[in-house]
Amino acid sequence: MPVEIRLPSILRVHADGKSTVEGNGSTVGEILEDMVNAYPGMDGQIVTADGSLHKFVNVYLNDDDIRYLSNLDTSVSDGDTISILPAVAGG
Amino acid sequence: MAYCRNILDLVGNTPLVEVSEFSPNPDVRILMKLEGQNPGGSVKDRVALAMVEDAEKSGLLEKGATLLEPSSGNTGIALAMVSKVKGYRLKVVMPQNVSEERRQMLFAFGAEIIESPGSEGSNGAVRMAEKIHAEHEEWIFLYQYANHANPMAHYEGTGPEIWRDCPDVTHFVAGLGTSGTLVGVGKFLKEHNPAVQVWAVEPPAGEMVDGLRSLDDGYIPPIFNDFGGMQILDRKTVIGPRESIEWTKRLAESGIFAGISSGSALAGAVRCAESIESGVVVVVSADAGWKYLSTGVWTEDIDVVVERARTMVYF
Repeated sequence: MPVEIRLPSILRVHADGKSTVEGNGSTVGEILEDMVNAYPGMDGQIVTADGSLHKFVNVYLNDDDIRYLSNLDTSVSDGDTISILPAVAGG
Repeated sequence: MAYCRNILDLVGNTPLVEVSEFSPNPDVRILMKLEGQNPGGSVKDRVALAMVEDAEKSGLLEKGATLLEPSSGNTGIALAMVSKVKGYRLKVVMPQNVSEERRQMLFAFGAEIIESPGSEGSNGAVRMAEKIHAEHEEWIFLYQYANHANPMAHYEGTGPEIWRDCPDVTHFVAGLGTSGTLVGVGKFLKEHNPAVQVWAVEPPAGEMVDGLRSLDDGYIPPIFNDFGGMQILDRKTVIGPRESIEWTKRLAESGIFAGISSGSALAGAVRCAESIESGVVVVVSADAGWKYLSTGVWTEDIDVVVERARTMVYF
């Protein structure tokens, strides 16, 4: 089953303006790769050429930042949602 | 000591209050550290005082100096209070979309407000302050996001207080803004008990990031990396406005009048309590509810308040 991926406004331009897209795979990394295959404009924007997450991008599985789970290897189940957000600060 | 030299002597030493009635697990206790009890009304009193005293020690601050600081509110208010007592001038770069009370408190302490675009959130305030500083190098830029005195205030103050009052702590939960509280307290607690888990609670970036032009406009506070934030944090979780407001109202129902980010932090503590078998969760309430009265949290329909919160900076 495809997993829903929520995009921030700055990435929607690469996904025909859509705020959510879908991807298939069993890990966050596989799903993001599937998404980039469908929307090549996002290539290199989320996962960099060396295979790691862009430093200013946070990817959440449901509500949790995957950097503190198993990063791109975090496994995904049916009904999960992935959200991609730029890093921001408060204070 | 029957009286204090001045108001700044009252910074720190905040109370820890049991709020285990909110724990979903009878084997997990939850204790909340009430930073709203600081004289300027928030956890940022610690940071402001530490940064100013550090700059004084290093000879950076002369009497009558002007300080410049980006802040979504609490740091600005705290610096304004400290500046009044110590005789400095202050200019605060603040997003337009903060609550009216924050603005009024800055006026009360005589600070000047420079507005940054609300759609850019705190990132926009940081960028604008950097630009202004480049044009006015004579203004002292303490810069809470990169100033080590920020996490050190928590490493030397907040952390030891928690350890003194509750050595049984197993989990520490706090909101993620500059990351100062999390990395400072987290580092201290882990040095004393490496088993302590540190959870960060984030507000949803949502509309706050719509002003970004590209992902490269993102921002990670330098102190986060300088203090090994990736190693200190064990989990980072997002709590949305509705959940934050619901928990803020529940806190009031049990007699604790706290700000919206305290509701987020408590929601994070509850999520933490749900995920463990037993333990003691210490969670930080960054400020009290006073500065959020105008947002209608306690008086208006929750749907209306949630919509308003989506466009407001409350961390």
